[in-house]
Amino acid sequence: MKSGTLFDPIEQDLHTDEYKINMGPQHPATHGVLRLILTIDGEVIKHVEPDLGYIHRSIEKICERDNYRQIVHLTDRMDYLSSHINNEAVCLLIENALEIEVSDRVKVIRTIIAELTRISSHLLWWGVMGMDVGALTTFMYGFREREMINDIFENTCGARLTMNYNVPGGLMWDIYKDFVKDTKAFLRHFVTKLKEYNDLLTDNVIFRKRTEGVGILSKETAISYGVTGPTLRGSGVSCDIRKLFPYSAYDKVQFDEILMKGGDTFDRYLVRMKEMEQSVSIIEQLIDNIPEGSILEKTRAVIKLPPGEFYQRVETARGELGVYVISDGKKSPYRMKFRSPGFSNLSVINEIAVGHKIGDFVAIISTLDLVIPDIDR
Amino acid sequence: MHGTERFTATVHEWLLSIFTAGTTHFVEMVLIGLAYLGFFAIAGLALVYLERRIAAFFQVRLGPNRVGPQGMFQTLADALKLVAKEPIGTKKADSFLYSLAPYFLIISSLMAISVIPMGAGFSGFDIDVGVFFLIAVSSIGVLGILIAGWGSYNKYALIGALRSGAQMISYELSVGLSLLTMILLVGSLRFSDIVQSQSDYWLIFKGHIPALIAFIIFIISGTAESNRTPFDLVEAESELGAGFHSEYSGIQFAFFFLSEFINMFIISAVAATVFWGGWMPLHLGGFSGFNQTMDYIPGPIWFLGKTGVIIFLMMWFRWTFPRLRIDQLMKLEWKYLLPLNLINILIMAFVVWMGWHL
Repeated sequence: MKSGTLFDPIEQDLHTDEYKINMGPQHPATHGVLRLILTIDGEVIKHVEPDLGYIHRSIEKICERDNYRQIVHLTDRMDYLSSHINNEAVCLLIENALEIEVSDRVKVIRTIIAELTRISSHLLWWGVMGMDVGALTTFMYGFREREMINDIFENTCGARLTMNYNVPGGLMWDIYKDFVKDTKAFLRHFVTKLKEYNDLLTDNVIFRKRTEGVGILSKETAISYGVTGPTLRGSGVSCDIRKLFPYSAYDKVQFDEILMKGGDTFDRYLVRMKEMEQSVSIIEQLIDNIPEGSILEKTRAVIKLPPGEFYQRVETARGELGVYVISDGKKSPYRMKFRSPGFSNLSVINEIAVGHKIGDFVAIISTLDLVIPDIDR
Repeated sequence: MHGTERFTATVHEWLLSIFTAGTTHFVEMVLIGLAYLGFFAIAGLALVYLERRIAAFFQVRLGPNRVGPQGMFQTLADALKLVAKEPIGTKKADSFLYSLAPYFLIISSLMAISVIPMGAGFSGFDIDVGVFFLIAVSSIGVLGILIAGWGSYNKYALIGALRSGAQMISYELSVGLSLLTMILLVGSLRFSDIVQSQSDYWLIFKGHIPALIAFIIFIISGTAESNRTPFDLVEAESELGAGFHSEYSGIQFAFFFLSEFINMFIISAVAATVFWGGWMPLHLGGFSGFNQTMDYIPGPIWFLGKTGVIIFLMMWFRWTFPRLRIDQLMKLEWKYLLPLNLINILIMAFVVWMGWHL
């Protein structure tokens, strides 16, 4: 609100000022221990400053101490909602460095599980997104379907969230007997439920009004901040690691890269909703013909990468995860760096949130789909 | 003479046989006060229980079902826990205002509930400006929220309280005007007259389309008045934590919590009374057989049943809709509901003037 005329009674008698509030580290909207320092004028946001470090666990430093097999398990704890994909990134890096060719069976199973992970992550995001704009029921609906995926994961590898199903050279063990049947049953069930989600939230007038035209992220800003994943694709920039640098079985399947034009909160929302449909289609293409083959290639007990630099990127549910290793030929890396999607996606918050109200701000954070341990590591 | 009237008359005569006229009056007032306090507590607890069960029903889960039959005593156990809890406030809070705030809310809800007739001759007091009294008293509640937000020395609470001030004052207009539309049909502000005038048809049928519009506006603005989703900006939990009652705990929090549910009950009760005939059974002009059958169901059951339907409707809203934003909330009221309401009153006045109503 611009004032400043000589006879402005509010400015003369009641001096107004901006004030700061701490959103977090304990706040329902930040989904973890993220602290956002908001400078607010009434309800309007003037400046946002993220303050990180509340859940920093020195994962990159621990990687320099541990051997390569142990590092795979550490990556679960970064972006815990796409833990399988994080594991896959490290395993792919090790396999590429050691020039191990995994069998087609491993590639296909990895891709199926990765897409199930993506659906599960997007489901949780959808539930929380609804909750952030005030529709509490979406959370339960999202978790209902997510539970089926978690059951499949549990039967596959014993864990529901931090899976550790990937090991360097393949998979820990083979899929269980009813895996194909269960996955197909889930897909059949899920397709009908996607329609329910759209009826409940996507087509709701209030939800549309709350999200359309809010928090517009322009192409240029998105690229300059290194935003990736669904958040970037909502702004209409084509960038999907699964298409650009295909890994595992992504070169064998047909799927669309979802692109939106506007870059507002609703576009980012739609990208994720439609990505779930694409994930379903990817799994449907692969599930019927999982090739036979060995599940685990032989590797040495202590893996040593040849000296040099290695980089591997994968598309997690949040965007591009990059794993960078400098090896000096020893059993643990000399330096390991993760390029996490959440960090870049969060850094854009000040650009898109300024000028909006507190209610919008919560919706904007929600569509950035942040997982705080992924940002802080 | 209806059953409820007989009941009150019997009690009155019995008391007169024991005490003098003056003492009887005093004892009756105490009894009525106690009855309302009891009703307040029971209705509050029952509504919290219902809300939790209905929420569970919408959210494909079970809800409380362990304490007592079907979990009915769960809210009682929760209330006991809250009573036993230590009240913890902020150090810099304005302790006088901080402790005062809950009473504003609870007293305003308690007073508002007293004019609503729950059966024939069965209300706390039946004054000739009943509707006016109800609107006036229920707007005291917003003071409590403002004081709570200011007194607790918390920025989130303050934002919630200021939102509440803007919201309640705006939506009170719509509540008042939509009730006024119906009063044009009746010609009296007294609640018993309003109910009595619906002995042939309910007002929502009498007033044709204007009455229907007024009903919809009343339900929307009533939901906003009771701070429920989609208008729960006051305590928007994903934005403000708990809004104006962030810093309250124990019994003080319980007061806020209960008064919220009682407010929902009041809004539903008023809607049921003014639009759906209150305790008056469903009567259709000219069908005396049907009307007599309907009369067998006692008035209080009609009243609670109708109120329950509207309460269910409001719970349905809460567990389905997302929340509005503050500017959208203001826009809805000042740009859409208020002009619509004013035009609606003119239409209703025209309908009444031409004698088109039933």
